[in-house]
Amino acid sequence: MSKWDGKLRKLDAYRWEISPDYKPGMKVPGIVYASDAMMESIKEDQSLEQVANVAFLPGIMKYSLAMPDIHWGYGFPIGGVAATRVSDGVVSPGGVGYDINCGVRLLKTNLTEEEVRPRIRDLINHIFNNVPSGLGSEGKIVVSEKDLKHLMAEGAHWAVKKGYGQKGDLDATEEMGCMRDADPDAVSSKAIKRGMPQSGTLGSGNHFLEIQTVKEIFDQAAAEAMGIIAPGQVLILIHTGSRGLGHQVCGDYLRIMETAAIKYSIRLPDKQLACAPIQSDEGKKYLSAMACAANYAWANRQCIAHWIRESFAAIFHKSLESLGMDQVYDVAHNIAKIETHHVDGKAVSVCVHRKGATRAFPPHHEDVPEKYKDIGQPVLIPGDMGRVSYIALGSEKALAETFGSTCHGAGRMQSRGAAKRSQRGSDVAHDLEARGITIKTGDMSALAEEASEAYKDITQVIEVAHQSGISKKVVMTAPIGVIKG
Amino acid sequence: METPFEIIDHTADIGIAVQGSTLKHLFENAAVGLFSMITDLTAVEDSIEYPINISSDTKENLLVDWLNELIYVYEVEHIIFKHFNINILSDTALEALCFGDSLNNKRHLIKREVKAATYHMLSITNDINGFHATVIFDI
Repeated sequence: MSKWDGKLRKLDAYRWEISPDYKPGMKVPGIVYASDAMMESIKEDQSLEQVANVAFLPGIMKYSLAMPDIHWGYGFPIGGVAATRVSDGVVSPGGVGYDINCGVRLLKTNLTEEEVRPRIRDLINHIFNNVPSGLGSEGKIVVSEKDLKHLMAEGAHWAVKKGYGQKGDLDATEEMGCMRDADPDAVSSKAIKRGMPQSGTLGSGNHFLEIQTVKEIFDQAAAEAMGIIAPGQVLILIHTGSRGLGHQVCGDYLRIMETAAIKYSIRLPDKQLACAPIQSDEGKKYLSAMACAANYAWANRQCIAHWIRESFAAIFHKSLESLGMDQVYDVAHNIAKIETHHVDGKAVSVCVHRKGATRAFPPHHEDVPEKYKDIGQPVLIPGDMGRVSYIALGSEKALAETFGSTCHGAGRMQSRGAAKRSQRGSDVAHDLEARGITIKTGDMSALAEEASEAYKDITQVIEVAHQSGISKKVVMTAPIGVIKG
Repeated sequence: METPFEIIDHTADIGIAVQGSTLKHLFENAAVGLFSMITDLTAVEDSIEYPINISSDTKENLLVDWLNELIYVYEVEHIIFKHFNINILSDTALEALCFGDSLNNKRHLIKREVKAATYHMLSITNDINGFHATVIFDI
């Protein structure tokens, strides 16, 4: 793939601008958050062209944004953020992606690394058997079409009502685990058929479960507000999304939007950006169907969290209460949300597309749960398998500059094929074990595709987000056990 | 003998560059490419026969719809396909008989999940050597 050779203007230490003159049709500039060194590698593919393309979307406000974990996607770059005005702007399914509400949930425990390490193999095996990973391993939850419609309307609430988890979990979930605009009638029968057997499954690819320990605390008071007290404490990270249901919703609506874009005379430089006015029938239906898939993902992570808690209780012969397995938070990083933001001093209702980006609201924002009012919204940023992850907090700067958004992960740097050529799955497993990380996976060859070398260094990504002020790092964690579907 | 398909690299995902002496062969080879990404087809039998009839608006969209229909049937019916006979193909409609095996975790190692065939970099061209297509999959 050719190198991107467009013009960039450096605005400050971590922000780069693509002028709207770069391409006729851009309605706003592009702004990319990156360090000098990262920018050199970002230019290696066409992700910056995608930032420019997103600036074509009707009703886009201020900028087409890219977070420091930007990499080449389709239509939108991964790490892309775009806010479109609800009154006359568009919604684009490509700005959310196929894995609607792919996201991350973090649970804490009262256990320490010393207590968990001796049992880690048993624990990992127990969780692997207790959490279905996907196709062919049918879900543990049997849902009828009618059940699934309730699940899609109620999200994580459905799962809690069925006994998976506790009410405190909902308070610590973005949107309380349920988008209210969900309308199951906007979801195709094909999406429902794909969703039924996959309810409560992890999936594969870059989805994983990790047993982590706290490595470093950068802000003790904020960490304690999240129940994270000291290095060595054990945490659990769950990374998955809406499975086949979300993939089908995205595919169905990309096709509908392709026709709609012609109908509403929307000129786009890339078919994968297909969109429709938010106020149109097509736009409203997509948002309703997307909300169903988002709710499905929240129910999914809710069930998986429950089974992980069960596994801990079984292995350590302790009650959930004494294990202190509260939910720290749950964030979506592939989603479109209607939010109110201030643009040029006026409150405007916008549709914020976050495609591989995390909401990062500041302290005292109305959408931040009561217990985090003083610190801001927790942002969970998983590193790649085998490397460190971070917990950060949202900020006023994010609200002012990025429609309340920050990065979502490390960002892929190497293609899956390239990763596989340079690594063998068994070598990756061996390397992880040598570094004290116990791994359990269904398929070794898939492991090579997710090797650490395939990703940017998460620490650099976090540093840019932290130094530029769009989120504030609080805790760094490292895995001791990984389960990959 | 032509190479029916090659895996191509894309930063986040995986694509296939497909060849076919005719448009029918191109569509058949693209389907073989898809299932080769999912599992090793030598361990797959072809005892199940499954008809697929679809229509679309352009031949490029028809190719994406064909591949996404196969992903759908695989996920819902748990059938891995390995042979495809496309009996009728125009720029906007396709009728095929697909042959495959029931997914069995003991016999089939699933290499990866394919979420969807995308429109990203999608192309179908033809020259004196036949038909060529590029399809990127979301993995």
